[in-house]
Amino acid sequence: MSIAQKPNYLDSELGIKSWLTTLDHKRIGIMYLLVICVFFIVGGSMAALIRAELLTPKGDLLTSDAYNKAFTIHGVTLVFWVLIPAVPAVLGNFCLPLMIGARDVAFPRLNLLSWYVFTIGGVFGIMAVIFGGIDTGWTFYTPYSTSFSHTSVVLAVTAVFITGFSSIMTGLNFIVTIHKMRAPGMTWFRLPLFVWANYATSLIMVLATPVIAITVFLVGLEKVAHIGIFDPALGGDPILFQHMFWFYSHPAVYIMILPPMGVISEIVACFCRKRIFGYEFVAYSSLAIAIIGFIVWAHHLFTSGLSTYSAMVFSFLTFLVAIPSAVKVFNWTATFYKGEIHFESPMYFAIGFIGLFLIGGLTGLFLASLGTDIHFQDTYFVVAHFHYVMVGSAIMGFLGGLHFWWPKITGKLYAEGLARWAAVIIFLGFNFTFFPQFILGYLGMPRRYHSYSDEFQVLHVCSSLGATVLGFGYILTFCYLLYSVKFGAKAPKNPWGAKGFEWVTDSPPPTDNFDFKPVMREEAYAYKPDYEAPEVVHERA
Amino acid sequence: MSAHEQELHLGHQFEDLKQQIESYTIGMWIFLVTEVMFFGGLFTAYIIYRAKFPEGWVHGHHHLDWRLGGLNTLILLTSSLTMALAVRAAMLNKWKPQVLFLVCTVLLAFGFMIVKYFEYSKKFREHIVPGPLFAHKDDPGQELFMGLYFALTGLHGFHVLIGILVISAITIRTINMRRMRQDFIPVELVGLYWHFVDIVWIFLYPLLYLISK
Amino acid sequence: MRFVPEQASNFAPEVDYIFYVLLALTIFFTFGVVFAIIYLSVKYRAGSKANRTRPPHHNTALELAWSVIPFLMGVPVFLWSAKLYVEMYSPKNTAGALNISVVGKQWMWHIQHPTGQRENNELHIPVNRDIKLMMISQDVIHSFFIPDFRIKKDVLPEYFSTQWFRATKVGKYHLFCAEYCGTNHSEMIGTVYVMTPEDYQKWLSDTKWGMNKFGRPDTMVEQGEKLFVTRCAGCHGAGKAATAPSLAGLFGKEREMADGRRITADEDYIRRSIYEPDAMVVKGYQNIMPSFKGQIDEQQVFEIIAYINSLSNPQIQAGTTLPTASRKQETKQ
Repeated sequence: MSIAQKPNYLDSELGIKSWLTTLDHKRIGIMYLLVICVFFIVGGSMAALIRAELLTPKGDLLTSDAYNKAFTIHGVTLVFWVLIPAVPAVLGNFCLPLMIGARDVAFPRLNLLSWYVFTIGGVFGIMAVIFGGIDTGWTFYTPYSTSFSHTSVVLAVTAVFITGFSSIMTGLNFIVTIHKMRAPGMTWFRLPLFVWANYATSLIMVLATPVIAITVFLVGLEKVAHIGIFDPALGGDPILFQHMFWFYSHPAVYIMILPPMGVISEIVACFCRKRIFGYEFVAYSSLAIAIIGFIVWAHHLFTSGLSTYSAMVFSFLTFLVAIPSAVKVFNWTATFYKGEIHFESPMYFAIGFIGLFLIGGLTGLFLASLGTDIHFQDTYFVVAHFHYVMVGSAIMGFLGGLHFWWPKITGKLYAEGLARWAAVIIFLGFNFTFFPQFILGYLGMPRRYHSYSDEFQVLHVCSSLGATVLGFGYILTFCYLLYSVKFGAKAPKNPWGAKGFEWVTDSPPPTDNFDFKPVMREEAYAYKPDYEAPEVVHERA
Repeated sequence: MSAHEQELHLGHQFEDLKQQIESYTIGMWIFLVTEVMFFGGLFTAYIIYRAKFPEGWVHGHHHLDWRLGGLNTLILLTSSLTMALAVRAAMLNKWKPQVLFLVCTVLLAFGFMIVKYFEYSKKFREHIVPGPLFAHKDDPGQELFMGLYFALTGLHGFHVLIGILVISAITIRTINMRRMRQDFIPVELVGLYWHFVDIVWIFLYPLLYLISK
Repeated sequence: MRFVPEQASNFAPEVDYIFYVLLALTIFFTFGVVFAIIYLSVKYRAGSKANRTRPPHHNTALELAWSVIPFLMGVPVFLWSAKLYVEMYSPKNTAGALNISVVGKQWMWHIQHPTGQRENNELHIPVNRDIKLMMISQDVIHSFFIPDFRIKKDVLPEYFSTQWFRATKVGKYHLFCAEYCGTNHSEMIGTVYVMTPEDYQKWLSDTKWGMNKFGRPDTMVEQGEKLFVTRCAGCHGAGKAATAPSLAGLFGKEREMADGRRITADEDYIRRSIYEPDAMVVKGYQNIMPSFKGQIDEQQVFEIIAYINSLSNPQIQAGTTLPTASRKQETKQ
């Protein structure tokens, strides 16, 4: 037997061309990660500008128009080019075939195409930012966006339109992959919960994204041809825009949160050395969230002039959609019972997720509840709520997954000590940034304001200081992860001692994922009852 | 793998041909569902605005020629027939009739686009295109109707164009590549797409052309 | 440093009660789960001597319990809050309510009192009196938000929206636009002055703008009448019933349109008739009314509506109107 190393997916072929023409889901996942990082920096810089401006009550750092562009670009870039693709297109692409014991996704060429579409859409987005910016808010409400704004709305909606197709392609690919490419013995109820989460997410991606496509298409058409579909001066209905927009954008938030929830299931199972409590209920809850998530959209229109009857129906359904999320949280907690709990860095991120998701999810109830929503709608309370679920939960879940699978993806170990610090810094920085915003919202501070009444300043200063800490935490993470790629210790196959097909193959895996034919012979998360110590311990930094 | 299967291209990610065929079929159906959602948004806008501007809808549809639209309906229905016959020929391994029917389908689709061209150019000449030059500015309902007309038929026409390209590609492949002639799956899946395009038109035609007073 | 806003309207206490109930639920579940995780993390940390035999992996009864019980806890909150919402968005028509018109535009609020006083970005109102706001936008969507009253409603172009409240505490309060509307969205703010009835009367009589020969501004009804006489009576006046439908007693009545629709004549109906008469032809009449777009502004539309309303209800003080139809009012035959 030669001593030469088997090639893994990273070094099997070298050169940019091999990456740009790859059909390997693992490489495609990494390519998504690179584009997402670029947009994370763009959107994050906008956040820095916003928080800097809001240190003082007067609008003295940016002009009104510049500020409006800052928060719009912040929202558009982070929603469409970070939050929507982060877990599915990076971690899902990488891990899904491995987890089900397949060699690749069902349609590898479609997968590569989805990355190109994503990136081209992203280029249009950058062009929109550079050539005039956009100042409509990420929600593009009409008639402001169609008939009043003088910014690059057409470029922006073209960008969103194009990128939406990458979502549809990814979702389609995942659904077929999960249905058809499972290894022998991998029945539906032996699947890792991350796979269930991505399956439910893919259903949403496939069904909801076409609706935003047609909606932004009509906005573009209206701007270019002055048709009047959403412009009331021409007979159109601006509320129809809101309905169509939110019909996608509400399920979209479940695209953003379901995959990170799947990540948490994987991390909690691994670091409690125990099958997730209530596996079937957690699996079904993902489907329930996806389905119910489609019929709550009008809770964004409670103050827009909905009929009170419709409002009551949507409010009730919104209360209902909280239940499957609560079920997940309770099941994760119950998994700790009689587990053998290890506190490596991914577990820090997972526990942080649970805490922040509790607050984020529960504060959604204040908005689901009609009488209180009248007060809170369009205030900083809403901003705080959605940042708790989108950043505090979704991004933290993404980072947790990135840490968890980093040794598998890169074949290197990152600095464990720094990672734990980063998780704590991010958690604290996040809370200092966004908790004061709940209070600001209750006091009545509206959102999208760059100058405000003096009495709000103390809370804004606290929030901006927190944002600095949060930003530092992200930069720290970026640094030690990047450092580990070149200088990290070599990772074993299974540094965490986790169950799952992805941990049985090399770190990094070979191009075809497995050197053998995986067959699933046990239940999911079949951690041994006598709690054998994991094979190899990672290095500490 | 049988010799038959070896001739057909089996993706490296698939274990066997059955898995590949089933995957492609499910994939195409899911894609068609996304198309339903896409057009569904436009149909929703149509329904809502028709309720708001019933008279505008009536005025607007007078600009449409139901006979030309009817002709297009016949053309598309016939093209669906030729497409189905092409799929059948493919399944029976008769590549020459298959190519013939595919070519007929493409020609019919071209015919559809030509009729569309005549319809559209007439509207441009008569200033019945929504926008600053619209001839009936005092009737916002009519302008909205025409806007939705162009959006719906324009997007549909775009899908017909894509269909022409894809069917042509399959036809050329079938002619040039002997081993492709035994693989009926691509034809069948494109057939599914083409029938969908036809069905969308079946909905569009009465909703746009056949509004009674 | 305030952590809670003032309670200055009839709705504020109830909104706050619901808020505190939800806050209690949030704290209960958050701390409950967090304490459970901390406790379990400590007790079952790797290497501890806790009993780990036969760990359970599922418990259907528990799953049902923690699904159903939180749901049942949420339902009363939903019902209570829904009831409050219906009340807040169903403007009342008590005698003595003050009907104030609001026109929002980029980037200011134009307000007119029924007695004719106008203000920009300020709202002077008497305490303990029902105030009904009828609002419309001249351009994009805005939102009229008074945090200390807990009231907010989007202000739409081309459609009236209404909300009502009763200020319960004298003082000065913030008014904010709460729907992003462009460059100076953050500057579209103002102040609400809640005054004693005496101070309000004094403020009314102190307002000098638009004074007529009686030393006061024309009321909205009077302004509406002037507009009607000069712009509308040519066709809609007395003795012209063949040309155009009479408007006396119109308000709140059902009218049949030329295309068969039956519509209740409300504020939206009148406004649309003025701006889009083509779409609002009454059965039995010709389509000859010209559009007044660009000739009559939104404020003047409010005045005409006030006048037409007064024709139906001469006894009601200028300022109250009949129930506003919702936007989807029109019913087909």
